[in-house]
Amino acid sequence: MNKDFSHLTGFGLCIFLLPLLGKWIPMLANYMDVMVYVGIYSIITMALCLLTGYAGQISLGHASFFGIGAYVSGVMTTRYGVNPWPCLMLGVAASATVALLIGGPSLKLKGHYLAMATMAFCIIITIIFNETATYTGGPDGLAFIPGISIMGHAVDSEVKYYYLVWSVVFLVLLFCLNIIRSRVGRALRSIHGSELAASAIGVNVARYKIYVFVFSAVLTSVAGSLYAHYLNFINPASFDLLVSIKFLIMIILGGMHSLWGAIFGAALVTLLSYEWLQYFEEAEVMVYGVIVLVIVIFLPHGLVSIPKRLKSIRAR
Amino acid sequence: MEHMTLASQLLQYIITGVTIGSIYAMVAIGFNIIYNVTEAINFAQGEFVMLGGLVMVFFRVTLKLPVLFSLPLTISVVMAVGILLDRIAIRPIRKPTVLSMVIATIGASFFIRGAAMFIWGKNPFDLPPFSGRNPITFLGAAIQPQSLWVLGFLVAVVIVLTIFFDRTIMGKALRACAVNPSASSLVGINVKYMILISFALSAAIGAIGGIVITPISLMEYDRGAMLAVKGFSACAVGGIGNFPGAVLGGILIGLIESLGAGLISSGYKDVFALLALLLILFVKPSGLLGSAEVSKIRKF
Amino acid sequence: MANMKTRPSIGKGIASLIAAAVTVTLMLSPVVSAHAAQAYKVGAVFSVTGRASFLGDPEKKTALLLQEEINKKGGINGHPLKLIIYDDKGDSTQCVIAVRKLINRDKVCAIIGPSLSGLSLSVIPVVQKSKIPNVSCAASYKIVTKNPKTGEQWKWVFKTPQSDSMAVEAIYTHMKKHGISRIAITSVNTGYGASGRSELLRLAPRYGMTIVADEKYGPKDTDMTAQLTKIKGMSPQAIVNWSIGPTQVVVVRNWKELGMTNIKMYQSHGFGSRKNIKLAAGAAEGIYCPLGACNIAEILPANHPQKQVTMAYVKAYTEKYNEPVSSFGGHAWDALSLVVKALKAVGPDKAKIRDYLENIRGFVGQHGVFNFSPKDHNGLSKEAFRMVVVKKGDWALAD
Repeated sequence: MNKDFSHLTGFGLCIFLLPLLGKWIPMLANYMDVMVYVGIYSIITMALCLLTGYAGQISLGHASFFGIGAYVSGVMTTRYGVNPWPCLMLGVAASATVALLIGGPSLKLKGHYLAMATMAFCIIITIIFNETATYTGGPDGLAFIPGISIMGHAVDSEVKYYYLVWSVVFLVLLFCLNIIRSRVGRALRSIHGSELAASAIGVNVARYKIYVFVFSAVLTSVAGSLYAHYLNFINPASFDLLVSIKFLIMIILGGMHSLWGAIFGAALVTLLSYEWLQYFEEAEVMVYGVIVLVIVIFLPHGLVSIPKRLKSIRAR
Repeated sequence: MEHMTLASQLLQYIITGVTIGSIYAMVAIGFNIIYNVTEAINFAQGEFVMLGGLVMVFFRVTLKLPVLFSLPLTISVVMAVGILLDRIAIRPIRKPTVLSMVIATIGASFFIRGAAMFIWGKNPFDLPPFSGRNPITFLGAAIQPQSLWVLGFLVAVVIVLTIFFDRTIMGKALRACAVNPSASSLVGINVKYMILISFALSAAIGAIGGIVITPISLMEYDRGAMLAVKGFSACAVGGIGNFPGAVLGGILIGLIESLGAGLISSGYKDVFALLALLLILFVKPSGLLGSAEVSKIRKF
Repeated sequence: MANMKTRPSIGKGIASLIAAAVTVTLMLSPVVSAHAAQAYKVGAVFSVTGRASFLGDPEKKTALLLQEEINKKGGINGHPLKLIIYDDKGDSTQCVIAVRKLINRDKVCAIIGPSLSGLSLSVIPVVQKSKIPNVSCAASYKIVTKNPKTGEQWKWVFKTPQSDSMAVEAIYTHMKKHGISRIAITSVNTGYGASGRSELLRLAPRYGMTIVADEKYGPKDTDMTAQLTKIKGMSPQAIVNWSIGPTQVVVVRNWKELGMTNIKMYQSHGFGSRKNIKLAAGAAEGIYCPLGACNIAEILPANHPQKQVTMAYVKAYTEKYNEPVSSFGGHAWDALSLVVKALKAVGPDKAKIRDYLENIRGFVGQHGVFNFSPKDHNGLSKEAFRMVVVKKGDWALAD
């Protein structure tokens, strides 16, 4: 408990101070833009951490929930002029419904089969986004999505959006930490360990799986709405299978058994693809592949396990 | 201007579906070979097809070697890539889980794709067809000679693999590893070596797919991903790990796509094949030809 | 071991995180060039890799070629031209991040690109807010037209490619002249295909065209026989195919194999590279296509206003890169040349560049002669396309 509290406080302070430091170090100020995306993806990776890291269910379909949230927000605000916040709730409702519908039959499957079912779902949703052009704008995308305002104040700068997104990240982190430390978290871990054993001790396996799946879909949808209102533009290519795979890479690289790992993973992959690997130009995809391989092989528990490994090396 | 009857239209759709379905079948067979021995799904399987096409372009078009030489050379090169994939991406993983193997092969596929873009650039390449481009008319539909080659190679692969798995020692050893790796190593089978063979074999079959399809539809560095997804679906429809299932699944997916595009809507054609996949997964996850008990024994 | 528990972990946590962030940032920030003060910095965002690399790759190559030529001749009024090019990989997030980087970090005075229409739309709010001139290399009329009813243009945004409507009009005009009124459409389901398709559908009634079939396929599909078979059953007089990449060649091959060559085939301007004729392996004979001047530089008559400029570009590009010119590199040539012309006239002041661009008249470019105005930030008309036909494996002007 204490460790959590001190980590949370340290984390909160860092987030709060980062933009202020940016005033003195101009290099840091340029990273605000990317940090907003890191925050948005962190919400998704934390959701996936619960689903995959704790409950052990693989989903290749989360880019679709990201997209459902983004498109519901985008279409309702652009074409029908509805206020962004109710649209966000509508997106949440839509994602939850879809998650219930496909989660029901899919979660009865295991391992590879679940991956395939969620993969099929992801591609189908991308095709739907592409084909329903009268609403979604089709492959060219939906442009000029309005931004958000909170109680009359428009969130119209990178720094303001940064604080908005990272406040949400913080809240989600708190919530998820609570879940993990509670009975629910233990139930999830027991399901991951062995579904047979878990149901033997009275855990309603099917229900918990659906709950965590729907919960992760809802969080991802919120991230999608935030994304749409920040970039002010969305197109189907931002929500395809490759993006689902990107989310999985984030939690693997960061460490999927830890919420901190989820955040680190989101930060690492986002910074790599939007900033650092740019210097490799044409060789970028190759370098990315190598990094993924190296981490999966040498750090199977992700980056977040580095301190523990260092400690164990030192202890020898 | 001759009008096309519905019957000949249907025949045309079937011909197209079977041609492309054969490629999906080859990808699915490749998936199955690796899956049977390692229980890993190799996301880089599609890249073998891509490499088959592009490496063949190198030998046949750039170096101007005749097919007799360039075919085995291409297959050998891609087999080498398959072996490297096993050594570098799969073997070093100490505690294999579904997710870590999936991500490792995905990482490898990124690397292979990036390298292909580096080497061959982003443009599509062509190969001369094996026996000319004059289509054969049959009951109002046109069959490209290369389509017959595709089907022919699929049949050849199936026959060769059946003989290999049933009659040769190595093939039987591979099947033993698939059923029970620990027992196999107890009787003296080198499981690690078998895994290597399975990767090499998968790569070879993928390469053949690439070599035969390129004269019809060109090949470029990023074709692999879509082929992997469709081959994967074919695999699941037929039953993961089931050899005739892969052939059935591949042809079925190809037909659904082709008939769906022609008869219903070409915009949603990929959806039809995926809905078929979902149906199978929800109703009979072990696939059309797979057996439910066998899939329960599997670790994953 | 006991000491580690008594030290407060908050302080350690914050310190290490800050140290890590700063170190990493400083380590990876680009080295500032010593001549930065003197050079004129122009930014570019192209889809060099990814799903639209057929656009961004020749655009980047052309831009670099032009930069080299200019700097060899001593730069712009003595100032070297420094081009900063980012690859958006066809992704909208990457594109907007790149544009923001160009504006805030690299402090460029103008931006050319993006390559894709959707992405160009996504950066409009950013360039409008930052008040920096943006010359897009993408085709959609929506990029420059803020209000289609009043014709009001976005203040800071220009574009060099012809609109898809101009290509479609060139095709329909040719069809009407040859008595064609029953047509079928095939298009790829990406932004490129969707844009062409919607213009084809929209302008059909104006030219008296009846569309009997409207088929689609994916960019990585291996075969379009099913779609073409369906079309064959409808017996149209002509087919218009709107795609790019390998599919535009595969469609042609399928068309020939199915024995449909008595149905005239029209391609989009994306077909405009000799590479495609070659890949079609003889099947492209007799295919029509609307092309901009730079694609047909060799067959333009000697007194054509764009002859000199396009011949020079084609020669330089093929020499340097050993590959035929495509339609799209020309858009980047036009965009960068316009910006350079403005820089030569008014220097690196963003507002002055914008004002200058808006008033350029008679600029001879690769894809047409540009006449900008406050009501027209594209500067081209449908005369920017000529209909050509493939004859004996090469382009010939169509009648």
